[in-house]
Amino acid sequence: MAVYKKVYRPYEGKLTSRFARLMVIPRYAFEEMQRSRFLSIFYVATFLYPLVCALIIYVQHNASALQLLNVQNARNLISINVTFFLSLLGWQSVMALFIAAFIGPGQVSPDLANNGLSLYLARPFSRVDYVAGKMSILVILMSLMTWIPGLLLFLLQGYLEGWSWMADNTRIAYAFFVGSWIWILLLSLMALALSAWVKWKPAAGALMFVVFFVTSAFGATINAVQRTHWGNLASLSYLVGSIWVQLFEGTHKSTNGAIFFRSPIGEECPLWLCWAGLLSVVAICVYMLARKIRGAEVVR
Amino acid sequence: MEPVIELDGLEVCLGGRPILKKLTAKLTGRSIGLLGPNGAGKSTLLNTLLGFYEPAAGAARVFGRDVRSNAREVRGMIGYMPENDAFIANMSGVRFVRLMAELAGLPPAHALERAHEAFFYVGLGEVRYRALGTYSLGMKQSAKLAQAIAHGPKLLFLDEPTNGLDPPARSRMIQLIQEIRDRGDLRLILSSHLLHDVEECCDEVLILKDGSIAAFCNLEEERRSNRRFLELETRGEANGDFLAALEREGCETAPGAQGRIKLVMPDSLDVRRIYEIAGARNVQLRRLNHKRDSLEDIFLKAMEAADGRL
Repeated sequence: MAVYKKVYRPYEGKLTSRFARLMVIPRYAFEEMQRSRFLSIFYVATFLYPLVCALIIYVQHNASALQLLNVQNARNLISINVTFFLSLLGWQSVMALFIAAFIGPGQVSPDLANNGLSLYLARPFSRVDYVAGKMSILVILMSLMTWIPGLLLFLLQGYLEGWSWMADNTRIAYAFFVGSWIWILLLSLMALALSAWVKWKPAAGALMFVVFFVTSAFGATINAVQRTHWGNLASLSYLVGSIWVQLFEGTHKSTNGAIFFRSPIGEECPLWLCWAGLLSVVAICVYMLARKIRGAEVVR
Repeated sequence: MEPVIELDGLEVCLGGRPILKKLTAKLTGRSIGLLGPNGAGKSTLLNTLLGFYEPAAGAARVFGRDVRSNAREVRGMIGYMPENDAFIANMSGVRFVRLMAELAGLPPAHALERAHEAFFYVGLGEVRYRALGTYSLGMKQSAKLAQAIAHGPKLLFLDEPTNGLDPPARSRMIQLIQEIRDRGDLRLILSSHLLHDVEECCDEVLILKDGSIAAFCNLEEERRSNRRFLELETRGEANGDFLAALEREGCETAPGAQGRIKLVMPDSLDVRRIYEIAGARNVQLRRLNHKRDSLEDIFLKAMEAADGRL
């Protein structure tokens, strides 16, 4: 119908599925994100490290390339093992923290600022759908830079090294996948919770770093003052690092964790406490979201 | 007629306080007004029907579907224009309405087409690409109406739609609501504390006071009965014979001060006959009015009924 008629008419066409409705939010968010040149460039830059890793794996298995570079002992310099993948996960996870800090704060706060949220929730769209839709933006972006390149590199290494290597190291793939998801979910929830409570975007973004780095510093201070290692439990990076090391190596620990996610040998806290710490953070984030994500505010 | 909304002992408590108290009603009108002073529970009732608040007791149904167990389905049928500002400041008007239409389940192409249509319909066609944050108050109200109708709902909730509008904008909004109502494609519920808004747009009224139903009436029927309700002003006091003659014709009369007479005419009697009776008795009629402001009377009566305070 042409707009010049200017009459109201009911809609009688087909409706989309619930999943399609859920994907409306990330679609709009990606369109918004593309408008920011800085974000687009930064996001592309986060793929540099996996690209370098792919190059290392390729060069290691390519005799002519090694001859060309005249580095016959390169295989001994960089081993493609647990440490290699753990470092990749650590580095990409820090990049994911930056992405969450840049994009996360702009997700919920604009909807809350002028009561736009009531309009979302007045549609066949629940609070869970809303949070899932908003989280999916971060989950998709961070998945693309963490476990997806990680598993692709694992497959590349397995393909070049032989299937027996892959069979012997399936734990790496599993640990990379699960470890990435733990970090992604934690970051997404934190970003949304802070976005729901702190309406000023730069402040919400800065708080993401504060939570990550200041808790680490706080934990280290407790350790130094009290001459203990229990202060590590206050450090988010330690909690995540400990769980990663356990995922990658089980009980036979041989590394100090990944970059920024240190879990030094000899300073271990019980793993169940690490899980409990992370679950507490998740519970706090869910509570913060539940308090704010409502169709109508209850004035007491 | 299929009931639009059924309230069955509905109770809602917020912050431990009862806000809606055992509401029971069956609303069947084409356009239903929710009337009441500020804090009577009008917006709470709308929010409960939308599933924003959980009923503490009782049930509410929209087109026969329980708002608790079929919340998603119920919301799929509703278009909601909230009382307060509700928009995303940095989004253009048409993009915002398109987003809302897509969330309601319209495919992207249809949502875009209808977003444009809705903006032209509410008179914002020329500013649809501007960011919503730059709109004036009246434009924001219209944009809220556009997002409420863009997905073609079966039921429209309008919560104080004329809030903050200047007289021309208000009459434009009322005209739009009347147009939507008269097309008959959807039912509408208009919540307001302004009697005129409700009177101009609604055919059924639920009056709330302190979370309870103070009155429920069909305005159409009231209007019809009011057509038989006249107020006369005669010259002089001596009109006893005139009153007796009117009563003989089947009128109910009530004399007032200074020659004023209120009367209810029987259906068979035409107004012209009153002039004839007056002429035959040399009674000078200075004024003859059909009784007006019936909603105001109903409202005031309802407000005074329970405890005498407004």
